[in-house]
Amino acid sequence: MPITRVDKDLDAHTMTVVAEYDAPVERVWQLYADPRQLERFWGPPTWPATVVDHDLRPGGRVMYLMTGPDGEKSAGYWDVLEVDPPRRFLVDDGFADDTGQPNTDMPTTRMELELAERAGGGTTMTVVSTFASTHAMTQLIEMGMEEGMREAMAQIDSLLADAA
Amino acid sequence: MVVDNALSGAEADGVFHALADATRRDIVRTVLVREHSVSALARRYPMSFAAVHKHVTVLEAAGLVTKQRSGRESLVRGDIDRVRDARSALDALEQLWRDRVTQMDQILAEDH
Repeated sequence: MPITRVDKDLDAHTMTVVAEYDAPVERVWQLYADPRQLERFWGPPTWPATVVDHDLRPGGRVMYLMTGPDGEKSAGYWDVLEVDPPRRFLVDDGFADDTGQPNTDMPTTRMELELAERAGGGTTMTVVSTFASTHAMTQLIEMGMEEGMREAMAQIDSLLADAA
Repeated sequence: MVVDNALSGAEADGVFHALADATRRDIVRTVLVREHSVSALARRYPMSFAAVHKHVTVLEAAGLVTKQRSGRESLVRGDIDRVRDARSALDALEQLWRDRVTQMDQILAEDH
């Protein structure tokens, strides 16, 4: 497995994924820079994606459509904030409606991707996803950390573990 | 954004809207620990019974709390599974990235 680390920080509302590839930085960057490659991995296996817009420049937008197993559609977009090819980009990833209009009622996730050369060749990819701190999504996660609830969570977790 | 496994579409909209308010979040915390009548809840906040009742109605519509009649009172109880759904969004995001990295690997393997 090329994923070497997954850190979830509920206090900072972030998740960090670190993965390693044998391919060089420029090649891994191409997976994001080329819409035809991006659409082959961005959607979950059962939700293949089509990238319909792809302007990976500051101020640009990347737009994708995904189709589920029962034909249901889900659209998303990136608002591109910063790009430093072939090493780093920073985008806000959000939901969109069928016409491609961003759905501002839903939370966006800020995503920072960095590619670095590994000693001895290959690439280390670090992706940090941050839920917007002002957003209800964050508030949801914070709520989960409340003391009284943590106990209830632990109880449910052990119940589920017993059932498994 | 494709993390919608736990809560999706209109359902998630309702939950996010319901929890965007500090009083409503506090009500959920309170009734998750122990059920309260609407009037007992109303005594906890510097606002009218009607205002608290309205908050409870929004939470009920989002499925975060349930209301049960008990004599002359309505007892409000939190739905732990619903709150748990929100937490599982992070787990869903992890799975999403695991799938992506696997698929990236498959594309890179075609280079050889």
